[in-house]
Amino acid sequence: MIYAKNIIKTFKNGSMETHVLKGIDLTINSGEFVAIMGKSGAGKSTLLYQLGLLDDPTSGTIRIENTLTTDLSIEERTTFRLNELGYIFQDYALLPELTALENVMVPLLMQGKAQDEAKKIATASLERIGLGHRKDNLPSQLSGGEQQRVSIARAVAHNPKILFADEPTANLDSESGDAVIEIFRTLHAQGQTIVMVTHEKEYTTYCDRIIHLADGQIVQ
Amino acid sequence: MASFGQSVRVGIFLGVRQLKRANRSTTILIISIMTFTFLNLVVVSGILVGLIVGGNIANRNQYTGDVIATTLSGKTAIDNSQNFIATIAHDPQVTAYTARYLAGGTIEANYKTRTDFSNEANSVGGQIAGVDPSQEDDFSHISQYVVEGSFLTPGESGYIVLGSDILDRYSASFGQGFDSLKNVYPGNTVKVTINGNTREFIVKGIVKSKVGQVSLRSFMSNADFIQLSNRTDMDVNEIALEHNATITDDQMKARLVADGFTSVSQIQTATEAIPDFLTQIKTAFSLLGNLIGAIGIVVGSITIFIVVFINAVTRRKFIGILKGIGVSPMAIQVSYLLQSLFYGLCGSLLGSLILYGLLVPAFNAHPLNFPFSDGILVADIPTTIVRIIILLVVTLIAGYIPARNIIRKNTLDSILGR
Repeated sequence: MIYAKNIIKTFKNGSMETHVLKGIDLTINSGEFVAIMGKSGAGKSTLLYQLGLLDDPTSGTIRIENTLTTDLSIEERTTFRLNELGYIFQDYALLPELTALENVMVPLLMQGKAQDEAKKIATASLERIGLGHRKDNLPSQLSGGEQQRVSIARAVAHNPKILFADEPTANLDSESGDAVIEIFRTLHAQGQTIVMVTHEKEYTTYCDRIIHLADGQIVQ
Repeated sequence: MASFGQSVRVGIFLGVRQLKRANRSTTILIISIMTFTFLNLVVVSGILVGLIVGGNIANRNQYTGDVIATTLSGKTAIDNSQNFIATIAHDPQVTAYTARYLAGGTIEANYKTRTDFSNEANSVGGQIAGVDPSQEDDFSHISQYVVEGSFLTPGESGYIVLGSDILDRYSASFGQGFDSLKNVYPGNTVKVTINGNTREFIVKGIVKSKVGQVSLRSFMSNADFIQLSNRTDMDVNEIALEHNATITDDQMKARLVADGFTSVSQIQTATEAIPDFLTQIKTAFSLLGNLIGAIGIVVGSITIFIVVFINAVTRRKFIGILKGIGVSPMAIQVSYLLQSLFYGLCGSLLGSLILYGLLVPAFNAHPLNFPFSDGILVADIPTTIVRIIILLVVTLIAGYIPARNIIRKNTLDSILGR
């Protein structure tokens, strides 16, 4: 499903260059639940952003199914992200002036779905993660765990091929973190491909594979 | 790629909710600024133009009427005036008219008590008008402008009403270079000389107006004027008329021209009778008003720019998230344009309400008291609509530029706040 070849990412700051990813070769199969682990600064989030088309690698190629994503224009990448990928961020990344339901509806509307249809799908997605009763609440009225669940509902509402999660449990207490991982487990059981960055070993129990990064390279 | 329609739809979805759930105080503040920007744009130029227009209206009401016929250059009066007067008197579309005899003359006061003949006499030269008192008052309502004593009444003889600007106590602001009568009040006797003929008149009243042709003239009855000036031909010097709303000034003038009255008089509409310098001042004031208004627009647009810029900068992370989850940049821009449009529209509508519901009626009821005119607020609807459109376009541009700049930033940098 994901084929990354010789991914190099270098950040430049004036004359100083920082090599964050140093030639990553990686394949992730359809339906896999993969965890990317490593110490702080190892390059795990940077790798996730390259795989999730949120950033451009300095060199190397990424193919998702039959699309060579590194060749896509900015507009094509936006559309690709909209239709094929889902994202969950560490800090939930919900829009503060939209209710839970409206947050989930946004990508669906952008896909061209009618308002009623988008509302129906978004409601179903929220109910699926147990937040149907909180759909009219603003993010500020939800707990951290609830906000992250809304974020998951938004990420999966349009049935993406791959779900990218960047430290989804880092800001949550253990109970909420467990709930999030439980949702991932359920989604994985339903065939969802998930790529998750985490530094918490206990949340990798249900993963098919753990990729360890150190100093910008896969070590295991 | 997302279609234009989808982007607009999502942009509206986001924009409406951002407006709905925005901080109320901030929204009220922005709309207030836009309202004042709109008022600055319309009212400042409206008052400047209104200074001249107010003068023009007074000139029409008190002097020219809708159409005025005056003596041709080189002639002493309008030949065969009575034929002209008879024509307009029988015209059903003429609602009022007045015919004025005019002549230069001198007025001397306090001559009975004068003891020092080494100094100049207390006299002034000026234009003397002979009018039918009731006809003139019906036409120009001149009696409303009498500030001391009263206006002439039909049938009486030996009375004169003096224009305030020939009196010392009213014309002090004109400076020392102009002669004026001192210590003259209603009830005093003055000597009036026209064409070498002199007669005593009792001052019946003082008329004060911002129209020069009223406040610089002195008025007596037709009969007294004819007797004093030795006019025997009954030809007057000015015929001014008002018509009803079924005809325009130009049509009325055209009819008089067609009747051949241009051979005996110069016929002008009220607009044509406005001195050129006043028209030029009106144009200059209008330009000045537009310039001040343009400065107001720049200030208003900078305000919107700053508001949208700060809004976009503080929401940069969320803009990044929107882009990250696949929302097109155009949809995000539309959401910001919608907000700018909302602020601009609310400001314009609120400003229009204040303008037409409060300011225009207030200015009409209480014109600004300027030395040369009663300034009104000119705010015709087509001009106001044009200014609303200008304000909205500028507001949209001011909202679009910062939103576009933020949206063009790297998606991941926006999400991570780098």
